[in-house]
Amino acid sequence: MKFNKETFEIIFFARGGQGAKTASELIAHAAVLEGKYVKAFPFFGPERSGAPTKMFLRVSEEPIRTQEPIIDPDAVVVLDETVIDCQDVVKNLDRHESLIVNSKRTPEEIRKKIPHFEGKIHTIDGNDIALRIAGNSNPNMVLMGQLIKVTEIIKLENAMRIFREVFTPKIGKELTEKTIQAMQAGYDEI
Amino acid sequence: MKNKPEKNKSNIKAMNGGYAMAEALRQIQADVMAVYPITPQTTIIETYAKMKADGKVATEIVHVESEHSAMSATIGASAAGARAVTATSSQGLLYMAELLPVASGLRLPIVMCVSSRAISAPINIHGEHGDVMAVRDLGWIQIFSENVQEAYDDVIIAAKLAETVDLPVMPIMDGFHTSHTTERIEICDDKDIKNFVGKRKAEQSLLDFKNPVSFGPVALQNSYFEFKIDQEGAMQKAKSEYKKICAEYKKISGRRHGLFEEYKLDDADSAIVIMGATSETAKVVVDNLRAKGKKVGLLKINLYRPFPYKEVGRELAHIKKIAVLDRAISFGAYPPLYQDIVSSMQHAGSHKHEIASYIYGLGGRDTLQKDIEKVFDDLEEGEISNKVKYLK
Repeated sequence: MKFNKETFEIIFFARGGQGAKTASELIAHAAVLEGKYVKAFPFFGPERSGAPTKMFLRVSEEPIRTQEPIIDPDAVVVLDETVIDCQDVVKNLDRHESLIVNSKRTPEEIRKKIPHFEGKIHTIDGNDIALRIAGNSNPNMVLMGQLIKVTEIIKLENAMRIFREVFTPKIGKELTEKTIQAMQAGYDEI
Repeated sequence: MKNKPEKNKSNIKAMNGGYAMAEALRQIQADVMAVYPITPQTTIIETYAKMKADGKVATEIVHVESEHSAMSATIGASAAGARAVTATSSQGLLYMAELLPVASGLRLPIVMCVSSRAISAPINIHGEHGDVMAVRDLGWIQIFSENVQEAYDDVIIAAKLAETVDLPVMPIMDGFHTSHTTERIEICDDKDIKNFVGKRKAEQSLLDFKNPVSFGPVALQNSYFEFKIDQEGAMQKAKSEYKKICAEYKKISGRRHGLFEEYKLDDADSAIVIMGATSETAKVVVDNLRAKGKKVGLLKINLYRPFPYKEVGRELAHIKKIAVLDRAISFGAYPPLYQDIVSSMQHAGSHKHEIASYIYGLGGRDTLQKDIEKVFDDLEEGEISNKVKYLK
């Protein structure tokens, strides 16, 4: 499960506007900072706020060439649990691999929706954590913290560094630091 | 000033194709850029507009109300002696079509970044080469990029090439597959690129009041033909200049570019010929089949116009079975790249080659490794006819 295979592949399921693109691209930037190779790209569907979206992320120690969409992921992140009802989010995710869901529910409750899945399920209430710490309900950085903890795909400190670089000019120092705390909380909560 | 150009870590970045092309445009220091948005090109102009707002470029950005005006403004600026650039896709490129041969006929060294996309109807915003193929006979040099790194490199090469041969150049990336994919790339130092492309020195310009000239005069039966032959001469010269510029660029970037890239072709019996982003996936398939002992290879075309017929013919002369993969349809005819490869092989003479035609990826349809494996299976099993097949 950890970062030891040639190319690590992650799919993010979300709804437009939840920040799956931002999360996957931040990981891509941090991975490149660590000397790794990446490909991060959206499922090229119509982008509409609220519509189900998919992001693909590949990370490798070696150059990555294939342009295929990810078919057999090593980890799946679900930012909106209602997507589980309309898409097979655990397709080709086997029992050694992980599903991370933004949800108030327990892993057991989520498993009832996907009884065929034998891998590990992590749930975390990203919206609530983001609201408590950063005062908004953007779950993406909380889930990203959790993803980093589960997969060790990059170092948390590098994710924070890139977030700080990119977001301080955009949203100001205060909200940036609070969001970084939310990422840390997502990392710690396992 | 005494700092030597260093290959340090800060030159390694993660960015998507749109951003990478904008970064290259920043480094070539365009004087004028006409901007009009269209998916999937908008990432280029919005990134560039932000650079302007942040004070990172001195470029005069001209906001226009259509692509027709974008090309008109670019032509005007270029004729005035400026280094003029723009970017577009799909319907936008077709809306410019009336002006594209004006740019090439006036011998204006414009660089236009294209994020290639399907054309209407039915409407579709996704990647395909249908738009750039539709304008391939209008006198523009066309260079296809395989990935984000090449998209960046090709804009720089395009700028130098355009001003060397006085012809407009279109560096082309696959819409979404390259324009919207974030990858690791290496950026050259600003100073190196500045020295590499130099300043534009227009032989004649509208703003050179000491030497007034007319642009775009009428040329009738007694001279038009000669203008066109001259233009074709410049196009042919572009091929050798492109090779020289690629060699020079390698000195500062360390990266090899050329008319085409031959991939595991030396001892191959069968090969795929392809352009653009899907080449990457196809190379993975070649590697996988090689691991199983199959003698397969790939030829990726970089310079599409002018087309290197002689060189391609020579490169593929020993390949018995060839499959040409086109990401465009040519209604009522064989697809464009296929026609060019058949001509190349005729050029090469003696050998008899079996050449199959496949169309893939229209309107953004995914092309998977198993689709490309199927092409090699067909070649191996001798399933080669003059019928165009669809990978869908």
